[in-house]
Amino acid sequence: MFYREAGQFKTSYKADQAIFPILQDRVGLGLIIVAAILVPVFGSDFLINSFMIPFLIFALASIGLNILTGYCGQLSLGTGAFMGVGAYSCYKLATIFPDVNILIHILLSGFFAAGIGCIFGLPSLRIKGLYLAITTLAAQFFLEWCFIRIPWLYNYNDSGAIEVPQRTLAGIPITGPSATPEVRYYVILALVIGLTWIASNIIRGRIGRSWMMIRDMDIAAELMGIKPLNAKLSAFAVSSYFCGVAGALMVFMWLGAAEVESFSINVSFQVLFMVIIGGMGSLIGCFMGAAFIFGLPIFVRVLPDLMGFSVNAATVDHISRMVIGALIIFFLIVEPHGFARLWQIVKEKLRNWPFPYG
Amino acid sequence: MELLSAFFVEPFVLIYDIPDLFLQTLWEGFVSGILYALIALGFVLIFKASGVFNFAQGIMVVFAALALVSLHTKFGVPAWLALLMAIGIMGLLAIGIERIVLRPLVGQHDAILLMATIGLTLFLQGAGETIFGGEPQSMITEELGLPTGATDWAVFGGRVTFQHIDVAAIVIAGLMVAGLAVFFSKTRIGRALRAVADDHQAALSVGISLNQIWVIVWFAAGIVALVTGIMWGARSDVSFALEVIALKALAVLILGGFTSIPGAIVGGLIVGIGEKVFEVYWGGIFGGGVEAWFAYVLALIFLLFRPQGLFGEKIIERV
Repeated sequence: MFYREAGQFKTSYKADQAIFPILQDRVGLGLIIVAAILVPVFGSDFLINSFMIPFLIFALASIGLNILTGYCGQLSLGTGAFMGVGAYSCYKLATIFPDVNILIHILLSGFFAAGIGCIFGLPSLRIKGLYLAITTLAAQFFLEWCFIRIPWLYNYNDSGAIEVPQRTLAGIPITGPSATPEVRYYVILALVIGLTWIASNIIRGRIGRSWMMIRDMDIAAELMGIKPLNAKLSAFAVSSYFCGVAGALMVFMWLGAAEVESFSINVSFQVLFMVIIGGMGSLIGCFMGAAFIFGLPIFVRVLPDLMGFSVNAATVDHISRMVIGALIIFFLIVEPHGFARLWQIVKEKLRNWPFPYG
Repeated sequence: MELLSAFFVEPFVLIYDIPDLFLQTLWEGFVSGILYALIALGFVLIFKASGVFNFAQGIMVVFAALALVSLHTKFGVPAWLALLMAIGIMGLLAIGIERIVLRPLVGQHDAILLMATIGLTLFLQGAGETIFGGEPQSMITEELGLPTGATDWAVFGGRVTFQHIDVAAIVIAGLMVAGLAVFFSKTRIGRALRAVADDHQAALSVGISLNQIWVIVWFAAGIVALVTGIMWGARSDVSFALEVIALKALAVLILGGFTSIPGAIVGGLIVGIGEKVFEVYWGGIFGGGVEAWFAYVLALIFLLFRPQGLFGEKIIERV
């Protein structure tokens, strides 16, 4: 009843093909964006720094992986390393060209990740499914090794870590220790909204359709004139671009300094969880999955304090890992298609309400 | 030119000059290859029977070994009883996994099943740390009656050292693989297992219970994990760091093919020997530490030429 398109007439093809053809969707999205902009006004620095910022960054990374896994059907366990490529190339760009604006560096660094992604995407032309997933582990471990063994990448400093220099945008510091969480949050929010918009349009377009054809049945797609080489490599490139930008943002806007551990295999798994729990082949699912997987450990850790127990930190850590594992299995059993599917069901119900069927 | 020589000449000169070092390297590689093969064997058992890519095999190895050690040292159970109890725990785990995780997820997409086993990995890791403690523990080698010590073999004017525990590991691994082979080919359950591996629906239609078979397979994989854990634990400590090593078994797996037991063993040996030899003789060119990625890159290059792995079934694609 509240959510239905009745009475909304389309008078042009353009209106008919809009991303959000239904008025309620546009209003809802507007409200979400306004709420996101208002978060720093009402929320504390803790909320912004330890939840909102990483949530947006991981949402961007899971959009990247979702393009590859959800839309093109190529399973990848190398996301962490591709994020690392973005971060390290952004660091090198920022130190080699200190005068260029840092935002340009962050956006450019994605292209390096895209290049590396293409190279490691080449095997996907011969290798499929789980076999491919394991070969992407080669990317993960080889790149991790590069981040340690090639000192040029971290400018030969002793710690082996990359540290973010201070950079400003229109006189306001946006990276480095003196940048306030609010400023960083707004920069990330703007980038994530922009990139999500681009992603949704790529997916709706010709390239995105060719990815989905490859996903649904690659041989049939090939027979119908889709070149697997172009489709798969472009999926790897676009996916790695998003992951690379997310990695650069993670180091420059959130962590402030990073070592190899920040891009370990666990990050790859975490992002893959976000994609699967959020829903494969859904952009809104990426955001829901990222919020859930990133928020859950924080919640589980804070819970004993809220309930008045005092448990030592190590035990909480162990138990929270156990609970998270169990919850992930639980969610996979209850809804294997993730939050995106739940969201679809809710929309369907809203459309028919108060009747059970439409 | 120098690089070419470093690649193609110097290593072989070194091998020729110090042959005992080469033999020692081969032996070390052989032993770790056997252990990779054992982990891969656990994967293959489960993949064949249920099509589940069991990412948790690595953590099952750690969990089994930790349970055994903790039962003996923390709760004072005698070693033989602790071993039996550890086997019992793996059995309960198999039943639990089948009931709670696998049964509701039958027929889902590969990626979802993989994710479920990664969730299981997190759960077992947390549970292991909570119950048995997270700190590394040493394996109760002597209490279990396993040999310790080493023998030197004088050869080529040098000597090669054999750890007795390594020899025992190879003998036990050999016995276990032989036992599994007999179990698969001679017993009623083993034949049912192979039927399930061939075709789930056909197996169901001749009255084989899939659920029962899955419990048995997970239990078998659990026992393989326990043996692997004991052997690996005796070489180094029992700790969660083992899990990273278990990831290497994935590379072994794609070398050998997901569905082939001989493939797992041959793949394990190739990776084990290959990475040790490569690290010792060629690692210097790359600045060391190449063991971290050698297995995966080898597997990747290999798969480009043979996508189904060494012994995998030929992939036939139809529309």
